[in-house]
Amino acid sequence: MTAAENTVRPSLLQNKAVRTMLRYTGMIIFALLLFGLILLLSGQDPIQSYKDIFTATFGSAYGFSEVIVAMIPMLITALAVALPSRVGLINVGGEGQLYIGAAFATWAALTFKDLPSWGLIPLMVLLAMIGGALWAFIPGYLKAIGLVNETITSLLLNSVAPKIVGFLIFGYWHSALDTVKTPNFVDAARLPAFFGTRIHLGLIFGLVLLAAFWAVMKYTRWGLEMRSIGGNAQAALRNGLPVKKYLVIVMCIGGAIAGLAGMVQVSGFYGVLLLNFSLSLGFMGFLICWLAGGEPLGILLMSFVVSVIFTGGNLLQLTRGIPFATINVLLAIALFVVLAQPTFSLTREKSK
Amino acid sequence: MTVHQSSSPQPPLLTLRGITKSFPGVLANDHIDLDVYAGEIHALLGENGAGKSTLMKILFGFYKADAGEIHINSQRVAIHTPRDAHAHQIGMVFQDLNLIPAFSVAENIALFLPDLKQIIDPKWIDQRISEVSRQYDLQVDPQALVSHLSIGDQQKAEILKLLLSDARILILDEPTRVLAPHEIDALYRVLDNLRKDGYAIILITHKLLEVMNFADRITVLRGGKVAGSILRTEADQKKLIAMMFDKTIADVKRTVSVTAVDVSQPVLELKELSTAADGAGMELKSVSLKIHPGEIVGVAGVSGNGQKELAEMILGIEPVRSGKKVLFGEDATRFSVGEMRAKGVAFIPESPLQSAVVPWLPVLPNSILTRTGRYARRSGFSLDWAQARKDLAESYHRLGFPLPHFFAQAKSLSGGNLQRMIIAREMTFPPRLILASYLTRGLDVQSAVAARQALLEARQTGAAILFISEDLDELFTLSDRLVVLFEGRIVQEISPAETTSYEIGLLMTGAQVQA
Repeated sequence: MTAAENTVRPSLLQNKAVRTMLRYTGMIIFALLLFGLILLLSGQDPIQSYKDIFTATFGSAYGFSEVIVAMIPMLITALAVALPSRVGLINVGGEGQLYIGAAFATWAALTFKDLPSWGLIPLMVLLAMIGGALWAFIPGYLKAIGLVNETITSLLLNSVAPKIVGFLIFGYWHSALDTVKTPNFVDAARLPAFFGTRIHLGLIFGLVLLAAFWAVMKYTRWGLEMRSIGGNAQAALRNGLPVKKYLVIVMCIGGAIAGLAGMVQVSGFYGVLLLNFSLSLGFMGFLICWLAGGEPLGILLMSFVVSVIFTGGNLLQLTRGIPFATINVLLAIALFVVLAQPTFSLTREKSK
Repeated sequence: MTVHQSSSPQPPLLTLRGITKSFPGVLANDHIDLDVYAGEIHALLGENGAGKSTLMKILFGFYKADAGEIHINSQRVAIHTPRDAHAHQIGMVFQDLNLIPAFSVAENIALFLPDLKQIIDPKWIDQRISEVSRQYDLQVDPQALVSHLSIGDQQKAEILKLLLSDARILILDEPTRVLAPHEIDALYRVLDNLRKDGYAIILITHKLLEVMNFADRITVLRGGKVAGSILRTEADQKKLIAMMFDKTIADVKRTVSVTAVDVSQPVLELKELSTAADGAGMELKSVSLKIHPGEIVGVAGVSGNGQKELAEMILGIEPVRSGKKVLFGEDATRFSVGEMRAKGVAFIPESPLQSAVVPWLPVLPNSILTRTGRYARRSGFSLDWAQARKDLAESYHRLGFPLPHFFAQAKSLSGGNLQRMIIAREMTFPPRLILASYLTRGLDVQSAVAARQALLEARQTGAAILFISEDLDELFTLSDRLVVLFEGRIVQEISPAETTSYEIGLLMTGAQVQA
């Protein structure tokens, strides 16, 4: 082995990226074909349906902007899953953390009505993140002390959080006119929107978080430590890394990110806290993260793809009377295909 | 021991011709020819990376050879999967064994019975097992869970499994690496009986002594090529070493520690320390031990008698139930692993892939995991990889190890290369206390010498060393003091000059010795 061989980084990366892209494209096509079959069986014209989805989303500036709007919370909740997954934690609790985050933000919006926007928005962001973090602390801590698996606890807490939010709305916060939602937020509590569309500042939040996630994982000491804990917790422990601390903190940060998604949704999208407003955004984030294999660029792409399907599906529901549940079937098929990881023609190189 | 059968007119049972296999950047096997006869133990000798494991993995169907032919009973056969190998009566005992821990011995064996019926009859299976285990003196409780067995018994179960699966060609990959001395003797008695019954046994090993004692024919591989194939009767150790290595090697000279033990404060002192057993682990019972600067304390014992727990307790992983741990005069009983590491404790664990590295991370990141803080720049926002590379390369150089591929994944390294990486990582900055478990396991002769030399040099500079090993020769050569662990207790503390390996062997197995 020569000295040159020791120092040159193998140029696998481009190669690998290309292969990954090919694989994903293949899988998406496969999922679309399979779903087309289901549409066909239910008496719909699959080609026309896909055309409709396409025109509804890419056919107009408005349609496209709606895709982006749908993408914002999913992008953020996907990151709330991706970060903990790097230390080997499976955070299925994005949904619950999102509700608690939204509730914390709402409290600020309803209590400090007189604050200016530059004071109120950061306060809401901060509180939402604290709320989500607290909710994630429960499974994170229980996992770290070796008591309960975080997958179970975070999943179960998902059914608790919306009930708490419901209790707050019914009991304290509901508007005079409607018991299932709070009064509309004051303008200072709304995230600004751009370009005359419904795209709001949450998009920037999501993109900044995404970039930060990527950079932290790639360049920083903490990224390396997290990857090593996820890669082999036993070795990380013996190497002197504070594994338990990481598990709790990373889970809390994941929760904080999901909480932020909740704030973004109530402040940027609805402008009001609604009962059951989420429509499983947290679960969508989980799905996106797994579809993307936890990779930052993949998360961006997949959250976009899922939003296209989502928005298009809404339209199909209106125009063709296809129940929205069929869209979930498509997403489920996509997830199944990805997780099954068909190796297609790619022969797996055995390492020595 | 046995009559050699090469003079018999029978053709070889197994013939390999021109086996060639390359991996990116490495020609692992270069036109290898090998003949293995029925009724012989054929030792495959060679240093790490000589191509032994690759060759056997080709024979067992894990790898596909780029070129070459395999003949069994003079018939050309194609082996593409382990299943094919199985069908051609080839069985392999892997270094890390291949049993399902949650299953009983009988269940593990049943899985491989070629004539297993649709409805499983436990009695019939037990009967089959007990027949064979009696015949070859492989006594294992068929109902015992594999996870509860000692490594030696697991190996017996593995061999039983192969015998019952009708294998006639047995490949054993460093079978004695994990065994205690008395278990090694038992294993060779088994192999001897198998040989008499006409089994062909291929033995991959580093240990010259075993080869000289038990093999009939020895094939030496060097750099992927056959360096020679000779009968045991024609071989001697010098000749084999000359075949294995281009250059001759200097052996470790026994040196005496520099520091007078009495005057200095011990680096580490354990005071009546006990831990709680965790699952199948062993609990430490009232262990007291002092290690002074410039001293190597050897820990002898059959594996599973608390060695792992002792090292991990000192490192701070195993919680202390009672007693006190003092490091540099400071109470360290409740120190975290990070704090212990920061005080200069180096740790070389017994299973590096499981407990020292992140398998899919490359060598370089793996080698800074123990001190990310040192290479953190801009308060952690970036890492100084250039410095890390420089330090690691220096450490390799100092140790006399060949440089690894810094961007190869840890899991792609051979056992020896991985162990070298761990040693180089832990010795990058002079440690003050070294906890070394099975330091030379998996290393070829040359690297083993270098690793031992590194320990001696660390001792010269005043490091305190806890040296856990099962290799009595190694323990006697290196240790200033020996302690024997048996069932979680230190049963004896003695100077190597005042005892014999026989006495230590007895203590290791729990026999009482009059002091």
